[in-house]
Amino acid sequence: MAENRKYEVDPVTGSPIHPYTWDGIGELETPPPRWWVLTYAVCVLFAIAWWVAYPAWPYIAGYTKGVLGYSTRADVAEQLAAAKAAQAPMNDKLAKLDYAAIAADPELMTFATAGGKALFGENCAQCHGSGAAGNVGYPNLLDDDWLWGGDYATLEATIMHGVRSTVDADTRQSQMPAFGKDGILTREQVDDVAAYVLSLAGTAPADAAAAEKGKAVFADNCVACHGDAGQGLRDFGAPKLTDSIWLYSGDPKAVAAQIWNPRHGVMPAWAGRLDPLAIKKLVIYVHGLGGGE
Amino acid sequence: MTISTALSPGRVPDAPVAYRDDVVRWFMIAAVFWAVVGMLVGVIIAAQLTYPALNLGLPWTSFGRLRPVHTSGVIFAFGGSMLIGTSFYIVQRTCKARLFGGFAPEFVFWGYQAFIVMAALSYVLGGSQSKEYAEPEWYLDIWLAVVWVTYLVVFVGTIMKRKEPHIYVSLWYFLAFIITIAVLHIVNNLAIPVSFFGSKSYSLFSGVQDAMTQWWYGHNAVGFFLTAGFLGMMYYFVPKQAERPIWSYRLSIVSFWSLIFVYIWAGPHHLHYTALPDWVQTLGMTFSIILWMPSWASMVNGVMTVSGRWDRLRTDPILRFMIVAVAFYGMSTFEGPLMSIRAVNGLSHYTDWTVGHVHSGALGWNAFISFGALYYLFPKLWGRKAIYSQSAIRLHFWLGTIGIVLYITSMWASGIMQGLMWRAYDSLGFLQYSFVETVAAMHPYYAIRTVGGLCFLSGVLIMAWNLWKTATAGEPVEAQPATPALQPAE
Repeated sequence: MAENRKYEVDPVTGSPIHPYTWDGIGELETPPPRWWVLTYAVCVLFAIAWWVAYPAWPYIAGYTKGVLGYSTRADVAEQLAAAKAAQAPMNDKLAKLDYAAIAADPELMTFATAGGKALFGENCAQCHGSGAAGNVGYPNLLDDDWLWGGDYATLEATIMHGVRSTVDADTRQSQMPAFGKDGILTREQVDDVAAYVLSLAGTAPADAAAAEKGKAVFADNCVACHGDAGQGLRDFGAPKLTDSIWLYSGDPKAVAAQIWNPRHGVMPAWAGRLDPLAIKKLVIYVHGLGGGE
Repeated sequence: MTISTALSPGRVPDAPVAYRDDVVRWFMIAAVFWAVVGMLVGVIIAAQLTYPALNLGLPWTSFGRLRPVHTSGVIFAFGGSMLIGTSFYIVQRTCKARLFGGFAPEFVFWGYQAFIVMAALSYVLGGSQSKEYAEPEWYLDIWLAVVWVTYLVVFVGTIMKRKEPHIYVSLWYFLAFIITIAVLHIVNNLAIPVSFFGSKSYSLFSGVQDAMTQWWYGHNAVGFFLTAGFLGMMYYFVPKQAERPIWSYRLSIVSFWSLIFVYIWAGPHHLHYTALPDWVQTLGMTFSIILWMPSWASMVNGVMTVSGRWDRLRTDPILRFMIVAVAFYGMSTFEGPLMSIRAVNGLSHYTDWTVGHVHSGALGWNAFISFGALYYLFPKLWGRKAIYSQSAIRLHFWLGTIGIVLYITSMWASGIMQGLMWRAYDSLGFLQYSFVETVAAMHPYYAIRTVGGLCFLSGVLIMAWNLWKTATAGEPVEAQPATPALQPAE
């Protein structure tokens, strides 16, 4: 280029050297690389093509809609409708049949169980765990030790109305008295009955004499709900004490603490939050985890 | 002024200028301090994500309060101190003019540091207006606006009394950075305080307008704070350290004007598939794609400036820091437009991929170019021949590089896995994974990220030691006049 003739040429790059320097820094007149210019042009052309195809530029009363007529809202509605339509035949069948009829249809059971698993992961796993194995204070749903019962109807009632829910009149209620805190039993009696309860579950008590004393305390105070032999009573949600499955802990101190001042867990009532079909799927999933009756 | 005037023979040499380097020194010390603090908090919150028990169950040490301490600490405290400090150093030398404004530069220093300390304290105590990268409440925003406008006055004042006919490319970038940040900061923080003496306020905008204003701010904080400002640094320190002229003057012009025109449109790509109207999403995405080459122009310019000095990458760890920084800049400015494409964003959004992307830019580009600048500046500012230990710089380089690689590869893996798990359906049309299962799956990657962060932090600690030794025990430069004799513009 003629205008560059007066510039010196940089021996390394062959580019003309600009006449100024700043604090010793000079500048070369290297032209932008061809690949750079071309890629820049391709990006701009891509953008223009996109503007033609999709909603892009605003004007006073609206915006250019684009030749494809695309809209995110319409796209989502379409995808949801397609997903719903794909599941509709199975869902309709599931809604119509009762649990016994569903259980007789393996294909329907597979579908309901898969749906129940997804629902369980989003709604129940926070307390009962992803694998439904429970946590301290939150029942394990994999075993056959049910507080309220493990058949379809009972599971459905528990899920719909919850346990000790404050917003559902039909919720399951059970209240174990605070034997120690409310002065029904002395500290010694509480420790004795705790030792006895542990012996019921097959744990050899550290203090056999205490367990023996506790037997009488148990007979006077606990059998009405937990049964003569500690077999539990589902009508009251009173746990079975003979199976070594503990909602809180099987540690002697923890058992005594639970008798002294029991903790009472709460499960939300899901009727109204989930539709009846979703609850049906959850019942089938939980029933099929291993302990269904 | 024309070329002929600049070239005119017999021009009277300028009187020597006594530069104000005291404020620059303070900013560099502050930058190193905040780098250590900000990155330490980063490692702590990375460990909290791996082991939630480390939240300690206390409000003041919980992730939610410490995360803004980390982001503000590294971006605004470390990055901001680097930007203001180096811009004061560069503007004086490339204008051959002493810093304008008497006491004003000191005010900028103390005012900015006070802002950082007050902001960090307010986060820990629970004060936040819940806008990412703009968490400080209204009273701190007003304070920062005052400090920032003073900074602009000092910078522009110095440029106006320059003795060079033209304004050097670094200064264009710094100027764009200072002006745009002022506009972004003021508009995004428009809020109405709940009471006159209370700290709480509510944004002037609501709903999707609020979200759009926030991401117009948020993305241009990346564009003008972390890109334009740091490019200003790059355009001075790379040619200085390589002792080569800038490769292409034209490329720097095209890059500058495209960058500042296009960047300002790109914010909506943070709000794909939301209530934001489709046409805004389209504009955000397409301008992000157009932005690819303007961003790369400065990468090409930075790397090619080393032409004829490639051998120095083997022998000069400071130059290596700078060139690897430019390479990471190129990588993140390719990844950014890629992630702005709606279909890609549908997978990447809300996942750790975004976190990895930000850190490839923040650790690879911003931090590495800052380390290069610090190693360049400390001997000059403290009158030492060289950095105290060259081998410690090499160790820092490798610890930093390994840290970045561990960080970004673990976040790519976890982010893509997270995105795929969220959208996985089984053959019957039900979601395959619950949210908590996707969280549990992140654990090993969070552990790797924490290790990467520890590597990076150890490198910074070595640098802090090395710079301390340089300033206090480095071999002094032989006696010379207090002000170096200056060459007039050629």
